[in-house]
Amino acid sequence: MTDIKAEIDVLPGLDSSARLLEVEDLRVEFRTPAGVARAINGVNLHLDPGETLAILGESGCGKSVTAQAIMGILDSPPGFITGGAIRYRGVDLLKLPEEQRRKVRANHIAMIFQDALSALNPVFSVGFQLGELFRVHRGMSRQDAKRRAIELLDMVKIPAARQRINDYPHQFSGGMRQRVMIAMALALDPKVLIADEPTTALDVTVQAQIMNLLAELQRERNMGLILITHDMGVVADVADRISVMYAGKVVEEAPVLDIYARPAHPYTKALLESIPRLDLKGQKLNVIKGLPPNLTRIPAGCPFNPRCAYTRDVCRADPPPPQYDVAPGRTARCHFWTEVAGNEPAVS
Amino acid sequence: MSNVESVTQAETPAAATAPNGGDGGAEKPRSLASDAWRDLRRNWIFWVAAVLVVLVVVMAAFPGLFTSADPSFCQLSRQHAGPSGSAIFGYDFQGCDVYARTIYGARNSVAIGLLATLMSGAISLVIGMAAGYFGGWVDALLARGIDIVLGIPTLLAAIVLARRLSDSEDSGFLPVVLTLGVLTWTTGARIMRSSVIAAKSQDYVAAARMLGAGHARLMFRHILPNAAAPFVVVLTILLGANIATEATLTFLGVGLRGDEISWGIDISQASQFVREAPAPLVWPALFLAATVLAFIMLGDAIRDAFDPRLR
Amino acid sequence: MFRYFVRRVLQGVLTFFGATFIVYALMFANQTDPLQALAGERPLPDNVRQALTERYHLDDPFIVQYGHYMRGLLTGDFGVSLTNRKISEMMSQAWPVTIRLAVLAMIIAVMISVTAGIISGIRRGGPFDTVTLVITLILLALPIVVLAPLAQLLFGIQLKWFPATAGADPGLFQLILPAAVLASLVIATEIRVTRASVAENLRADYVRTARAKGLSKRRVIGIHVLRNSLIPVVTLIGLDLGNLMAGAIVTEGVFNIPGVGFNLFRGIRTEDGPLVVGFVSILVIVFIVVNLVVDLLYAVLDPRIRYE
Repeated sequence: MTDIKAEIDVLPGLDSSARLLEVEDLRVEFRTPAGVARAINGVNLHLDPGETLAILGESGCGKSVTAQAIMGILDSPPGFITGGAIRYRGVDLLKLPEEQRRKVRANHIAMIFQDALSALNPVFSVGFQLGELFRVHRGMSRQDAKRRAIELLDMVKIPAARQRINDYPHQFSGGMRQRVMIAMALALDPKVLIADEPTTALDVTVQAQIMNLLAELQRERNMGLILITHDMGVVADVADRISVMYAGKVVEEAPVLDIYARPAHPYTKALLESIPRLDLKGQKLNVIKGLPPNLTRIPAGCPFNPRCAYTRDVCRADPPPPQYDVAPGRTARCHFWTEVAGNEPAVS
Repeated sequence: MSNVESVTQAETPAAATAPNGGDGGAEKPRSLASDAWRDLRRNWIFWVAAVLVVLVVVMAAFPGLFTSADPSFCQLSRQHAGPSGSAIFGYDFQGCDVYARTIYGARNSVAIGLLATLMSGAISLVIGMAAGYFGGWVDALLARGIDIVLGIPTLLAAIVLARRLSDSEDSGFLPVVLTLGVLTWTTGARIMRSSVIAAKSQDYVAAARMLGAGHARLMFRHILPNAAAPFVVVLTILLGANIATEATLTFLGVGLRGDEISWGIDISQASQFVREAPAPLVWPALFLAATVLAFIMLGDAIRDAFDPRLR
Repeated sequence: MFRYFVRRVLQGVLTFFGATFIVYALMFANQTDPLQALAGERPLPDNVRQALTERYHLDDPFIVQYGHYMRGLLTGDFGVSLTNRKISEMMSQAWPVTIRLAVLAMIIAVMISVTAGIISGIRRGGPFDTVTLVITLILLALPIVVLAPLAQLLFGIQLKWFPATAGADPGLFQLILPAAVLASLVIATEIRVTRASVAENLRADYVRTARAKGLSKRRVIGIHVLRNSLIPVVTLIGLDLGNLMAGAIVTEGVFNIPGVGFNLFRGIRTEDGPLVVGFVSILVIVFIVVNLVVDLLYAVLDPRIRYE
């Protein structure tokens, strides 16, 4: 499905040879009455066309905030981007004026939210909410927009799209609603899709259907996909690379198979050990002790040190561990990554 | 550095920082009530309202503190006379001291407001709790009853009822109290009902029931305290509204009457001569408005303190 | 939609019978001499007494009396005042004036409160919001018996911006001041509901979605937030009508506007019982019907109810 969009609004400085998406040293803080919460403290990410990057972490680790910062929909105040760059094909989105930034959304970078029931406007029909994209961004007439909306519903395999176009969000089932969300995100043929826990609110059987649909649509369009999740099971099936986040930092980044085989950060390792596994049935499940840090008082040194089994003095003192290169395309923020990766026998 | 040392050292700071790791774990937990009180103390609206309420109540209880003049001593020769040292607001159509009448007028307003609100509160407590606690057909029946009463605009019903209750001999005090009490309980009953329903589904109430607590004990020890805050807010605001409605009924001629001293009567009378003398209208009107404002502000401030969502 | 409609209409019918029964019972039940009570303190000549006894079927048991009264209401026969005028006739003369006044008041109220409520809701905690909040508090606290005479004194008599009284057949200009007085009775709650509703909807997830769709701020607020926020405001207008009616009695009395409220005002003061009962009954019916219509309108605005 080729579109004339690229010609319509070319971003100044758009360089098709540059990386599709590159986040560099991104910093975000929330200024609240209770203090300044440093939600993101120097996140680096990159994404290529057709690639799926999974961002993994507990709630509050900053994965959703990262997504909102990339989209430019951070609630501000209280959220402020205090540093770094988000480059889309070489254009730093953070330096764009709001009017152009707005056009990047949905046209180039789109997003799917967790709970489709609350993420869709309850008082407008699905057709209106889909067609609105074409009317606002493409200047289409109501009829043309509606026709395109029906095509979109067909594309995400909603049965009887023509009849359902005038239905309201609450009249769809959970899975169908998430399909509507996907259709809405893909309407303008974006190059980057961010999916924030797209299947968390759904039944397990429906989850697989939605993930398959996403993967299929991604392949067709050669889109870059950022998949935000806390579910390691989902990740293994679809992701190419994984970035594990903790306290607003990427603590480990690696191709998906490597990370499962030999995690190089204690946090990743602990996460993997906390997944229930059939072959270890009957044994006690390893859960991570303690809670994620309060973002207004992140501990000095490595933020994971209070919960980590490998902690030594150096972990408790600033500067925090730098990004160690573990292997080509692999990094870990742990002073003892060799120990962590070495101790674990390869998972069979 | 030996291995043993590093392990022991690793234990202590980790244990020490662990409580701080949690979200706000270092602060000691506060109850909703003390939280609300802390918010209230910082709210200037609350203090303005509280001072006004105290002032009006003192005025109603001890009018002699504010004036030595007799409010019912009137001389036609002083009709609409301007302010003087003894009567700082001047005189009204009948030649009565406007300042003294305004001070003494607080008593009827506050008394009627309080009594009517107590009555209305008692009715809404019983009906709301019964509907919420027993549910089923009791709830359905009472809910329809509430719908019907809500279906009648309060003032219209009050006009009919107050007229019906009073005969021309009495002062109209009791009829107004009864009228307001009987007609204004619906909001309170609804609040009570939903609070009871919410409290009923809480785990601790279920636990108390399993431990064999009876209806009355459940209601008064476990459910009522939790429903208290929104209920008090509604009653405080209602108190202000009742004072306003009383004045309106009196103004229309179905409330207090005759020799009673009341802001409603004074406003009603003065509004006929407003072209000649605005002062006898303005002063009781301002006092009435300030009193109503005080109670509404007080209720508002308390609600904001207990319901921080909308700040 | 159909089930909601039927349920709501049945509820309305129930409320109608319940409310009229209460009004009637309040007036006539347990009176030793209901006719004297109707007439208040004025002496009742025998012929009037006889006519009234027939009129209200006072020789019949109470429930039969109520039946006759209901039949009167439903056939448009509301009785005769003590001054021997047909209440339905007085009504038909008074309605146009009152409707003009009420519609004008509603327009003023909605225009001010929706605008102020939206701005306050968006800029919560800002100076505009704080000032608005204080003003709504003061408006809430001003009883109509204070507001109407004071507004007349200030704007009509002292500043002379508007006519102090309206006169026999008031035009739009004569009605502006009383309409503004009436409007201020409901503006405070309308602002507060709009503000709360806008603030709540601004935090809703669908707003984030709308922003992610690359919509302009104007469109996000003007279409997505506004449409959701106005739902509770519309339902409020029905309830406000009750306030407006009550307010109209005092306002029309103070400003001498020959509408429904003025007639009722005079009826109360001259202790004309039949007139009061007749007018109150009609107003109660209007209130119930308007609230029914508003509730049905609510279903049109909110698809979640429409398709339940």
